[in-house]
Amino acid sequence: MLETIKHTVDYLSAPTISFSILTVVTPILFPPTDWFDNINRKLGFYLLWTKKGCAVAMVVITAFFAIGYMDKNFSVILMKGDNFPIVLMVYSIFFFTWLGMHKAYINDERIEQGLKPSEYNDPDDKVLVWPDLVYIEFIALILFTVFLVVWSILVAAPLEEPANPAATPNPSKAPWYFLGLQEMLVYYDPWIAGILLPLFCILGLMAIPYMDINKKGDGYYSFKERRVGIFIFMYGWIVLWLFLIVLGTFFRGPNWNFYGPFEYWDAHKVVALNNVNLSEYFWVKLLGTGLPDNILLREVVGFIMVGVYLFILPIILAKTWLKDMLEAYGPIRFVSLMVFGLVMLSLPLKMYFRWIFNLKYFIAIPEFFFNI
Amino acid sequence: MAEKQNKKSILQTLGESQVWKSIIRSGVPHTRRQRMHAILGSVFLHLHPARLPKHAVKVGYTWCMGGLSFFLFVNLTITGILLMFYYRPTVEYAYTDVIDLTEQVPLGIMRELHRWAAHAMVLVVWLHMLRVFMTGSYKPPREFNWGVGVLLMTMTMFLSFTGYLLPWDQLAIWAVTVGSNMARAHPFIGHEGPGASLLAIGDINLVHIGSDVRFALIGGRFVGEATLLRFYVIHCIAVPFIMMIFMAVHFWRIRKDGGISGPL
Repeated sequence: MLETIKHTVDYLSAPTISFSILTVVTPILFPPTDWFDNINRKLGFYLLWTKKGCAVAMVVITAFFAIGYMDKNFSVILMKGDNFPIVLMVYSIFFFTWLGMHKAYINDERIEQGLKPSEYNDPDDKVLVWPDLVYIEFIALILFTVFLVVWSILVAAPLEEPANPAATPNPSKAPWYFLGLQEMLVYYDPWIAGILLPLFCILGLMAIPYMDINKKGDGYYSFKERRVGIFIFMYGWIVLWLFLIVLGTFFRGPNWNFYGPFEYWDAHKVVALNNVNLSEYFWVKLLGTGLPDNILLREVVGFIMVGVYLFILPIILAKTWLKDMLEAYGPIRFVSLMVFGLVMLSLPLKMYFRWIFNLKYFIAIPEFFFNI
Repeated sequence: MAEKQNKKSILQTLGESQVWKSIIRSGVPHTRRQRMHAILGSVFLHLHPARLPKHAVKVGYTWCMGGLSFFLFVNLTITGILLMFYYRPTVEYAYTDVIDLTEQVPLGIMRELHRWAAHAMVLVVWLHMLRVFMTGSYKPPREFNWGVGVLLMTMTMFLSFTGYLLPWDQLAIWAVTVGSNMARAHPFIGHEGPGASLLAIGDINLVHIGSDVRFALIGGRFVGEATLLRFYVIHCIAVPFIMMIFMAVHFWRIRKDGGISGPL
């Protein structure tokens, strides 16, 4: 029974499967349109944001880690001091996302009934910071200090053997909060995964207030009034950032191969790697000629595809599907939304091209380290 | 009964003494006016307004995450200073100093406190961002402050990353090697980045392994002695210094943008 559960979890946590599940589940959990909202209601996904839903999810998470700590393979990973924050992360991110959504649902209902959000109080009815806020801060500070001291006494900070530049550990992992980026390295070259995408993350986050012209939902928890924005944020944050961290920590072993959490890290695991570039697909497999010597000619299909994706697609969208949006948002906002959105979306797209077609690069110019 | 009421408590006597009043500027606050004065008259507490809307003091609304981020920063500064008493950033001593920290130094949990508080800070800052996003608090007029917050979050992660190297164990150098190898691939200014080979005069490459951005970051061709010193200085002085400026702006703008967000 337990073995079956472990095997099922191992099977489900393969990036292809787990990532796909999350990609399908996220728009249902945070429905951006009525269509998704209907599915949410039919399947009862909204129940996750009730108190019972929270309890059930907490039990599931706890069971996963409890089985993990008892498992001889998974416990090795879980017991590493620096991996404990990930356990905390899974709990706290779930709980606080739940809390936010729980409160948002309450407010959504109130607003539907024509009431003010539950945070609303009469503006003249203010409280004094001394003592009403100061003592809460003081208690929070003491509780958190106690938590840190207990954590520090119970778990020793990790210290491995002295640094040895001659002995590379396998796998070598970045600190946990960067493991999402390291995971992206599987699909993208370092200049994209390590430089461009992080830069776009930072700039994209900073641009949110300027791109979001929805004035509703300011200063209280709400979902319905801002559902598209919340969905995009949650997909980017939970699936493309936090999940990749969990994946990189728990499911990546020697040679950065995938290992189920309960699987033994066998360094000799053989994984078929036959990734093919788009240029090879086009010139060698489709046309039956060799690769042209001219680099630009060789990669012309890739350039067209990337060009169409980044430059033509927004224009087409602006003229058809998103015509109203262009009008409402204005050209600059629209272009930045498209750029950040398409770059964000390029990550899952690239993943699926890799998984389905074994595609390595759209544009492969290793001569200039220019691979996309 | 009357006698009992006339008898002053120690706290009251203390609060009315000359010494207390000279430091705190007001006695133990009893009236509304005095309580407001207690906030306004203190350099630390006057980060707060004197009065707040009711929802602003509810943990359910704020999750306390912003305050905890700041608390963790202070906590890390204090434990960090204590660690600096014992730690020498050289290849020769770094590792043994870290062992001494746990085994020889009294109160040997300072390193643990520092490390776990650092991990916690990354998490708490993320949760703070989640709260601000879920309440839509980045909306006008708070757009700029959200941007400042994003930069503070980036700096938090960079601080954590530079600190990761200091114990100088296998975990440290390989994590930093993996991380800093990304800089190799920086377009134009990393020696394995796209466009770097275009920056050349004749046969001479301007951007090579000994002159690119990675070299500037780690002070060498690989993670070594110079990296340790460089990361130590960045970790202990440079980033905290910049971060404090950004924090000042962040806090000041909260007040200037109308205090904590709330429904109208």
